[in-house]
Amino acid sequence: MANTYRFIGNPTRRKDATEIVTGSSRFLNDIKLPDMFYGKVLRSPHPHALIKKVDKRKAQKLPGVKAILAWEDVPDWRGGTPRYTRVLDQKVRYVGDAVALVAATSEEIASEALHLIDVEYELLPAVFEMEEALKPGAPQLYNEFPGNVVTPGVPFFGPKNLKEVVMGDVEKGFEEADVITEGTFGYENMPNPLPPEPPGAIALWEEPNKVTLWVSNQASYMDSIILSHIIGRKVKVRTIGGPCGGSFGSKYMSWQIQCYVALLSKATGKPVKLVFTKEEHLAVFTMRPVSRMKARVGMKKDGTVTAISGRWLIDTGYYSMTTQSQVAVGCGEVQIMVRCPNWDLKPVIVCTNRNASGIVRGFGGQELKCILIPLLSLAMEKVGVDPFEFLKKNFVKPGDGYFWRDGIWYVYRGVDYTNAMDKGAELFGWKDKWKGWLKPTSVDGTKKRGVSVGVHGNADIGEDASEAYVRLHPDGTAMLFSCITEHGTGQRSNVVKMAAEVLQLPMEGVSVAPSDSLINPYEFGPAGSRGTYAIGGAVIAAAEAAKKKLFKLIAPKLQAAPEDLETVDGVIFVKGNPEKRIPWKAMGVDRTITGYGRFEPDYTLSNCMMTFVEVEVDTETGKVTLVRVVNTTDVGQIIDPPGLEGQLNGCLGSGGIDSAIFEETILDYSTGHILNANMVDYKWRTFPELPVIDNVVLETPFPSHRFHAVGVGEVATSPGPVAVLMAVSNAIGVWLHDYPVTPDRVLKALGKIGDMRKGGMR
Amino acid sequence: MAVKTAKPVRKKAIETRGIRLTINGRVYEMEVGSEANQVGPSHTLAHTLRETLGLIGTKVSCDHGACGCCTVLMDEKAVLSCMTLTIECDGKKITTIEGLSDTRAEKLDPLQQAFIDYTAFQCGFCTPGIIMSAKALLNENPSPTEEEVKEGLSGNFCRCISHYHVVKAVMAASEKVR
Ligand code: FES
Ligand code: FES
Repeated sequence: MANTYRFIGNPTRRKDATEIVTGSSRFLNDIKLPDMFYGKVLRSPHPHALIKKVDKRKAQKLPGVKAILAWEDVPDWRGGTPRYTRVLDQKVRYVGDAVALVAATSEEIASEALHLIDVEYELLPAVFEMEEALKPGAPQLYNEFPGNVVTPGVPFFGPKNLKEVVMGDVEKGFEEADVITEGTFGYENMPNPLPPEPPGAIALWEEPNKVTLWVSNQASYMDSIILSHIIGRKVKVRTIGGPCGGSFGSKYMSWQIQCYVALLSKATGKPVKLVFTKEEHLAVFTMRPVSRMKARVGMKKDGTVTAISGRWLIDTGYYSMTTQSQVAVGCGEVQIMVRCPNWDLKPVIVCTNRNASGIVRGFGGQELKCILIPLLSLAMEKVGVDPFEFLKKNFVKPGDGYFWRDGIWYVYRGVDYTNAMDKGAELFGWKDKWKGWLKPTSVDGTKKRGVSVGVHGNADIGEDASEAYVRLHPDGTAMLFSCITEHGTGQRSNVVKMAAEVLQLPMEGVSVAPSDSLINPYEFGPAGSRGTYAIGGAVIAAAEAAKKKLFKLIAPKLQAAPEDLETVDGVIFVKGNPEKRIPWKAMGVDRTITGYGRFEPDYTLSNCMMTFVEVEVDTETGKVTLVRVVNTTDVGQIIDPPGLEGQLNGCLGSGGIDSAIFEETILDYSTGHILNANMVDYKWRTFPELPVIDNVVLETPFPSHRFHAVGVGEVATSPGPVAVLMAVSNAIGVWLHDYPVTPDRVLKALGKIGDMRKGGMR
Repeated sequence: MAVKTAKPVRKKAIETRGIRLTINGRVYEMEVGSEANQVGPSHTLAHTLRETLGLIGTKVSCDHGACGCCTVLMDEKAVLSCMTLTIECDGKKITTIEGLSDTRAEKLDPLQQAFIDYTAFQCGFCTPGIIMSAKALLNENPSPTEEEVKEGLSGNFCRCISHYHVVKAVMAASEKVR
């Protein structure tokens, strides 16, 4: 179908393009306020200890030091789910936990002051391994979490919020199965989403009860809400978002750094900026949860899954803010990936003495698939089912249903993705390349190639509420008020594009207000690919509402009914009689017209991403090279082609496909120290190592969106990692079940080297 | 302020401890010392550019020479400004991302224009560093192959995976200036 839209579906210039290429974008650390102080955090060298004494005297004497705060000096602000984690506590729970905060006239002085603070600790035994943490007598991190089991559930998701997948009768299901496989699988390498911009914040506290924060987060409005819960509603919290140098979910969990600057500003009366170093970013900021599952699946010969049972352990590190949400969404997503009538899947979230896990693209579902698909693959091998056919057959179809995060059963009413999957398989050449389980696609001397495929779908494309205003001006321009921050997806420009399409104004004629919580209505923020459907939905509704008001006002002047009017480029005319026209100025130069739009959550739609990978394994060195990736999806209607392509190419980074090949955070399990908290030792993909990526994007209309579109950006990272693991297994003919598939692991699987213990790995 | 600009022609002997460098065509004479407004012996060029001179276009991500975000040109060659001490830049000619375009004339460098045309960025935090590395590459090799572009950018981190669009943009820019 030819695209009839003026902007939608065409590449348009990002609103912030000039700023980005000229270096004039003001990222958080580019902001300087008059009289600003700089903050630093003193961090614990111990994984678990009580603070006996903090001696600040020497540090206080250092010229330029303006405030030093330890746990006794600060209010009892708590975050986490439930809110048990104090902003500064007498107890430290991981290597890197905050002990004291310093504000000084320069970053250098603040850093120097850290060395002058003497802390006396009483060391406590620590636990780094989740199964150890669950044992009786294990060191306890919180009194509130007996046995180190984090309270399940997310009250925000409603009274029936999803904590597990339990339905049908698994015993009966296993009886009906032709094969049953079982085992324990893990995705435990804790990849760091690692956006280039380190986390940071600036605060200005104004007595008695006002605090303004400059934040770098994909969801800047939510920061104001989260902080009002933590600080208490008596304090008025205003958050101002700006360009965010990457987040991939992670910066949603910025409450701690935001509290640090708020406290330091309250203590000094001056604005305070605090930006983490890259080492802090890697050692104390959000990374993926650790997942491990002992599970059992039953399958029929035709690839029908009859039962899934398992105990899914999730290590959240020293606290959880969103891990329960990730579990809920992961439990929903797994039902979208595999139809099965009988489930008994029970998650347990455990806390241990290491840095906290949290939000990363894939949000629970990637983690769960990375450990469930290897088990399903064992069953597929036994019954001789090809993974592509299996995933295609079992992915949610219109009329199927799933329990979503709120514990409510939804019937899927989106498009059938079979077509998109077939198109992807065709481009990839699946039929020719697939030779069977544990069989290489080709062998060339010591180089063996293998293929596999993964899939992911998320019904969060319609999650949570969004609101927007659109204000029309007599000069034929409009302004959009939506608290959406640009974090790389281009969605801040895309919502302008949607408003411009509705109003038929040139995109330059639609500006967007700063992402300031003071002036904008509620916005959950771009997460879970909700930008297009949810945020877009609110923006479109606001633009439509404004247009409607405009037509109602102008109709008498054109002696026509409002329904008969149309507008293009700031001129209103009668449909079918364009001679009868009048510019927007006719609304009166002393008037603006504002439309309000709201999006209500809708969990009846899911997006879908299927990823095919081809790898080459050097059986001499063990090196795995990703040769080719084909992502295939159906988005209803493309909003911005290059932006979408960028998001899909993003499948490699931010804890995505490369988390199966070389990315890992290496924790020393004897001391709790992270051994590779720098960008030399933490591996990332470079320009010369790019695989070929092809993206297949179908456009089967989703009728419930004005432009028939749904979002897909978040999920690009998710299907790939397990596909790589299985592809490498196929290439070398031996099952590999550990991420990432480092040369050591490959050589070990090939029997070329013995059991090695490397670094701090178990 | 210890930062002064002067015309290059009226070069006076710089007394005692000072350095003089040309940044984006403008000459800066700066005192070396430990006062807040002086160039400290431990100050990196990235720090001086951003904190002392307010040239915030140069981004700092890792601050230890791994990611290329802070790339600037020194005498036309790409250097990591987070790994370069300002006091070592005496007499050098520095170009930052701000020096590539003529903002008053609204004229962008062909590379910058190509990055816009190909949407060769997502979050854009890595972009100034990548553009500067690409600039150095094109200075040296005005018509690189795709492989040479990738090699030339091998020190630049991009987590959003804008690499594919970047390579296209650099190739397009190189064709234009040829
Ligand atoms: S900031 Fe200089 S190389 Fe990373
Ligand atoms: S565009 Fe975000 S890191 Fe390169």
